[in-house]
Amino acid sequence: MIQVPLKESEYIVKKGTIIRAKKMTALEKFFEISLAGNEVLDHDPGQFVMISIPGIGEAPISVSSSPTTKRSSFELVVRNTGVLTGALHKLDVGDVIGIRGPFGHGFPTNILEGNDLMFVAGGLGIVPLRSLINFVIDNRRDYGKVNILLGCKSPKDMLFGDEVKQWEKRLDVNFQCTVDRSDPDWKGNVGLITSLIPGVNLDIARTFAIVVGPPIMYKFVIAELLKKNIPERQILLSLERHMKCGVGKCGHCQIGEHYCCQDGPVYSYDQIKGKHEAL
Amino acid sequence: MEKYVVLKKKDFNDFVAKLALIQTVVAPVKKGQKSFAFQEVTTGQEISLHYIPTILPPKKYFMPQQETIMKFNKSKFEWTPVLEYKELTIFGVHTCDLAGIQCLNMVFTNKPKDINYIVRKDKITIIGFECNDYCDEFASCASMDNHIPNGGYDLFFTELKDSFIVHVNTQLGEKIVEEISLFTKANDEHLKELENLRAAKSKIFKNELNVKHSDLKGVFEQSFNSKVWKDLGAKCVACGNCTNVCPTCYCFDIKDEMNLDFNTGSRVRVWDSCQNEDFAKVAGGESFREERANRQKHRYMRKFNYPVDKFSRYFCTGCGRCTRTCMAQIKLKETVNALAEEKK
Repeated sequence: MIQVPLKESEYIVKKGTIIRAKKMTALEKFFEISLAGNEVLDHDPGQFVMISIPGIGEAPISVSSSPTTKRSSFELVVRNTGVLTGALHKLDVGDVIGIRGPFGHGFPTNILEGNDLMFVAGGLGIVPLRSLINFVIDNRRDYGKVNILLGCKSPKDMLFGDEVKQWEKRLDVNFQCTVDRSDPDWKGNVGLITSLIPGVNLDIARTFAIVVGPPIMYKFVIAELLKKNIPERQILLSLERHMKCGVGKCGHCQIGEHYCCQDGPVYSYDQIKGKHEAL
Repeated sequence: MEKYVVLKKKDFNDFVAKLALIQTVVAPVKKGQKSFAFQEVTTGQEISLHYIPTILPPKKYFMPQQETIMKFNKSKFEWTPVLEYKELTIFGVHTCDLAGIQCLNMVFTNKPKDINYIVRKDKITIIGFECNDYCDEFASCASMDNHIPNGGYDLFFTELKDSFIVHVNTQLGEKIVEEISLFTKANDEHLKELENLRAAKSKIFKNELNVKHSDLKGVFEQSFNSKVWKDLGAKCVACGNCTNVCPTCYCFDIKDEMNLDFNTGSRVRVWDSCQNEDFAKVAGGESFREERANRQKHRYMRKFNYPVDKFSRYFCTGCGRCTRTCMAQIKLKETVNALAEEKK
C-alpha cells in the first residue's frame, strides 16, 4: 500500500483555539472557539461542526452562537457523555482543538422571515436553538411575533441563565419557562414543556414552530402543535444523530434514504412525518 | 463496434504470469472446502476459476477494512490528510461483484465526493469472469439482473470450450490485450459460441425470488411493520458478518490511533456495521434501532428500498454472501419471499 499526502480531503481539520471556557452545570461546559487566522466559520443557525482531539477522536457538536453575534469566533456547549466530550471537558482557554464543518442544513432563516415564531426548546435543545433565537433577535425587525418556550429538568439545569433573563426582559419577545422538578427558590412554572403550548396565542397561518429537544420530546410536542392546527410544514425540528463523517457516507445518521448530516439535521415535520425511525 | 478477443485455454497460465509482471494481480484462490478469497497471485495455477463468491467481496480493495485518512502530530497540532492506494489488477470478478463495485462507486462519487475512494478505484484494473452456471443455491443474481455482465470492467472473460472469449471494454483493457500478445481476434465461431452460451444461461438462470424485480421495492415499502422482522430479530446474533461480507455495505467508523510516542498517530476509517447495538446510538443513550429486528430490517431496507430512492438501483447484488455466512441461518431468499407472501 502506498501512502501519499492529499491537498484536499473532506476530513481536513482546521485549527481552533479555545478563547473562553466556562463550566455551566455539572455536565455542560461552554467553549468559545476562534479559528486560526481569525477565519470565519460562516455557519447558518442550526448547523453543526465536527470537533477533534488528536488521539481521542471526533464528535458532532451543534454551534450554539448566532453568526450575527461575532464573526471571528463561535460558541459550543458540550455535555460530558462520552470519550471525546469527556476529554473536551478537561480542556481550557488556550488549548487547541480540531474543527471540521459547518455541516448540514440549518434553519431556513429566509423562509422564516415575516412570520411569527414559536421556539420550543427542551433540555439541551436550547444549545442549537440559541443560534437561531439570537439570529432572530439580532434581525428582530424581519420577523413577526416571537415566542420562546423553554423547558428543563430543574432550575439548576438551566443553561445561559443571564441571556435567558435578557430575553425575558425584552418587550418584543414573549418568553415562558418551565421546569420538570422545582426547587425551593423556583417561582416559575412547574411541568413539562408541552403544558406551555396550549396557552400561547398564535396566528396559526403565519406561525412557524421551531422545536429542538431530546428525541423523546418530539412526539409529545408535535402532538400539541398539531392540536393547535399549526400546519405540518411549519413545524421545524432538528434531529439528533451520531454523525461520524458529516459528509453523507458513514451511515450512522441514516433516516430512510436521508443522511441526517447532509439533508438535515433540520427538517420540517411534513418531510419526516411517518418516516420510519425518524422520531 | 464492440471488441472481442480470444485467449486459448492453454495460454491462460502464461497470461497470468505476464499480467503479474505488469502490476500486482489478485484473483480468487481456494482457501478451504467451499471458501475462496481474493489474494495476490503470480501464476495461473493458483487461481480457482470455478469459485463460489469469495468470503469477502473485492470491496476490500476499494474500501479497505481499515485505511488511514489522516496523520496527526498532537504537540505541533499538524494534520495531514493522506491517501492509501495500490495499483492492482483484480482478475476473475463475477458479475454480482461487478455490480457491487458499481454501487460503491455511486456512493463515493456522490457529492461531497470521497477523494480517497475515487483515486484508489482509478488505480484498479478490473477483469471480470462470467458464471456459466449457478455457484450454489444461495445466489439470487438473476433476480437482481446481475447474472450477465452489465459493464464495470476493463476486460471480461467468458469461458468457452477451448478458449476464453474476452470483451474489451476500455482502453486500459485494450492496452493489456496488446501488451500481453497472447490474444487473437475473435472469429464468428467464437461469437456464436458466446451467443449459445448466453442463450443456455437464460434457461438456467431464473428469478430465484417469488417477486418480480420491479415489485421488490414495493414489497419492502409495505413491510415496515411486518412480523418477518421479529422472526429475524429472534434469530439474529448481531455478529455483523452479513454486512462485512456484503459487496455494497459501506458504513464506517472513524477512529484515532495514537502511536506509542503519545504524540503522533493516525485517523483511520474502519468498517462498521448497522447490526452493532450502538451503531445508531446518540449521546443521550437513545438508540434509534435498539432491537435486532429493527437492525435486520434496516439492513434489508438499505438493499431493497432506500437506495432505489437515492440511486435508482437495488443495492443487493444477489451474490448470496449474507446467507452463506450467517451463523443464525437467516436466508435472504426466504426473507424476501416471506415478506412477499405476507403482502399477498
